[in-house]
Amino acid sequence: MEKAIKKSSLSISENGLEKKSSAKRLEVLKTYKIYIGGQFPRTESGRYYIPTNAAGKKLANVCLSSRKDFRDAVVAARAAFGGWSGRAAFNRSQILYRMAEMLEGRKSQFIDELVQQDSPKAKAEKEVNLSIDRLIYYAGWCDKFQQLFSAVNPVASSHFNFSVPEPTGVVSVIAPQADGLLGLVSVIAPVIAGGNTCIILASETKPLCAVTFAEVLNSSDLPGGVVNILTGKPSELASWFVDHMDVNATIYCENNSEIKKMIREKSAMNLKRITFYDKVNWYTFEGQSPYFIMDTQEIKTTWHPVENIAGAGGGY
Amino acid sequence: MAKAIAKKHVPKKSGKSNTIKLKFDTSWSYAPAPESKSAATINKQYDLYINGEWQKPQSKKYFDTINPATEEKLSEVAEANAADVDKAVKAARNAYEKVWKKMQAKERAKYIFRIARIMQEKARELAIIETLDGGKPIKESRDFDIPTAANHFFYYAGWADKLEYAFPNRKTEPLGVAGQIIPWNFPLLMAAWKIAPALATGNTVVLKPAETTPLTAMKLAEIIQEADLPPGVVNIIAGAGTTGAAIVNHPDVNKIAFTGSTDVGKIIQRAIAGTNKKATLELGGKAANIIFEDAPIDQAVEGVINGIFFNQGHVCCAGSRLYVQESVAKEVIRKLKDRLESLIVGDPLDKNTDIGAINSRSQLDIIHKYISIGKKEGAEMYESSCRLPGKGFFCRPTLFTNVAQSNRIAQEEIFGPVLAILTFRTDDEVIEKANNSPYGLSAGVWTDKGSKIFNMTKRMRAGVVWANTFNKFDPTSPFGGYKESGFGREGGLHGLSAYVNLI
Repeated sequence: MEKAIKKSSLSISENGLEKKSSAKRLEVLKTYKIYIGGQFPRTESGRYYIPTNAAGKKLANVCLSSRKDFRDAVVAARAAFGGWSGRAAFNRSQILYRMAEMLEGRKSQFIDELVQQDSPKAKAEKEVNLSIDRLIYYAGWCDKFQQLFSAVNPVASSHFNFSVPEPTGVVSVIAPQADGLLGLVSVIAPVIAGGNTCIILASETKPLCAVTFAEVLNSSDLPGGVVNILTGKPSELASWFVDHMDVNATIYCENNSEIKKMIREKSAMNLKRITFYDKVNWYTFEGQSPYFIMDTQEIKTTWHPVENIAGAGGGY
Repeated sequence: MAKAIAKKHVPKKSGKSNTIKLKFDTSWSYAPAPESKSAATINKQYDLYINGEWQKPQSKKYFDTINPATEEKLSEVAEANAADVDKAVKAARNAYEKVWKKMQAKERAKYIFRIARIMQEKARELAIIETLDGGKPIKESRDFDIPTAANHFFYYAGWADKLEYAFPNRKTEPLGVAGQIIPWNFPLLMAAWKIAPALATGNTVVLKPAETTPLTAMKLAEIIQEADLPPGVVNIIAGAGTTGAAIVNHPDVNKIAFTGSTDVGKIIQRAIAGTNKKATLELGGKAANIIFEDAPIDQAVEGVINGIFFNQGHVCCAGSRLYVQESVAKEVIRKLKDRLESLIVGDPLDKNTDIGAINSRSQLDIIHKYISIGKKEGAEMYESSCRLPGKGFFCRPTLFTNVAQSNRIAQEEIFGPVLAILTFRTDDEVIEKANNSPYGLSAGVWTDKGSKIFNMTKRMRAGVVWANTFNKFDPTSPFGGYKESGFGREGGLHGLSAYVNLI
């Protein structure tokens, strides 16, 4: 016993001498994985690619996701849809706010990653701050946009009739390439604020923040499967994103006219709702509005008769 | 006396009170009550309505439109080819840039109000022509199609100078020229659904009615002419699929609004893929109509009958899949069969007729094809024993029992008076079955329990849900589908979005 104590006190003193024993600590490199159904698997394909920054520095071995990864993500997103869309709007609001809190707490990590991916420090800070604020913005909308875009319709017959927005379902998203964090957050937030679930393909050239953002999601009480994040090449995956018969809507954020044409053509297969955000500046107020939420909403109208006993005309 | 009444209402323990068989073999029958054809004027020939005048078609072709109840020719109508479409689009573009876009919104509104008023003035004539050309019962064209069409113009007219209130924090601008293609099941009403919101928001229009039912659209063109609408704001040109394709593919059209089959809707979506054209598509449906054991059964039965036999079942939102809770299935099916037997099938112009003529021979063939598929798949067919007229296209009201979820008659749109009946036990089961369809246009639920209504209406993936009612429409009420039933809404405040850019 005495010996053991002695040993441990010895090790403390050794730690105290750290400076002497090693000049440089070996950095622990992060493995960037994808995010499906609340888990962090590697791509089933086993493939990877190595994005580099402008100086040619390798950023990481990033998963080169496959069609099968996308399919798995759709299964996860569909499974999560009932629960997420069925939650109280207030609860969704709380979770989006929690996401903002978690992002705030890891601000420096995101700034570091953006700087690694060629952003000047000041711009990186701005991008992270805006991303946090954008989450707060949409957290606030979760239980309000319905009031703004609903209607009680004064039908001429004796019926009560109202129209409300409802989430369209599973949404596949090809994120903006330029703004690895702000673009991603600005597209995801309105989709899930409205009760949809999604699969998002991160920026091909700037994927680091997307994977780290998955860690934010994972610690924010957001149920697994609501947001699924893949990394890889839009040129390979875009057609699968719009081909899948269990996807209800597709959002495309780049301005490649060939891909846009392909998306609209393939969307006809099951009449996906298609939205292009190719001209949005995510750094301005133009990058946020409840109309982004409405892009992945359906309007449902409900009718019920109103009893009209002998046309009662009393004034009460 | 009071005692005797009270006694009557005591339900018998054996439940035998539900097994009374109605008899229909009495000598009672309705005397014919035909609406007069003389109140309507149909020209022998109609040209294309382009730029405010009737123009001869460059195609030099005319096609016959017939009365499906008698197979007699009513008139012949010009068929627009690509050159004619181009002419119409140019007229619409010119009117948009030079007149309509610049006009004060309140003046635009007054033109639309004027159209609505003239439609009301000519309502009887329009109803007769609608019934002659399309085969629907006069009581429906008179009491539903025509008044609702006029009301649609009234409703949207008022929006023209109030658009800044419709979209919070945004201004609107019109899209430009709208190409609109409409079906044959509600010819004038669909024209109103398309034209009224387009005009109110400042767009101009090229409209193509369906080839089997062009006549009320021609009458509408006359009304528009009479209303003195500036030339080119509305152009109405008839034709078939190739005319429609020419509109869809015209490079100077900014917006396509289509109501019709899901197959054609998908073709349109592909055709405009490489363009900036916007689209709204109102496509097919296979609505689930659900009866719970606690529903008021007689009302539900009436609602189901209305749901599937309204307009001969030529309704995209028709309640063509009936799900009945097992405990009441026997009673519901018996009452449905009784009710089927009492439906009056025959002359659409007769004011007592419930079910008129099938719109065309080809549609009748499709319906017969599905009836034979249903029988082959093992479902049990029951049809009314009514006599059908010797001429014209008629179909007995039909229902199938013992239908499986996977049967084609439970999955595919028949667009005719054919009901598929399935059963269920639990709420979850029926939700799963009802939503198991590529379509999502409408749905119905019948129950006396309020909380169950809201649970069901919320979980049903459909754009319009009727609770304890069915097939109700109103200009203020948005209509349109989820999933493969299309996208965009028509009617109400939400119907404005289809025709504006937000800025």
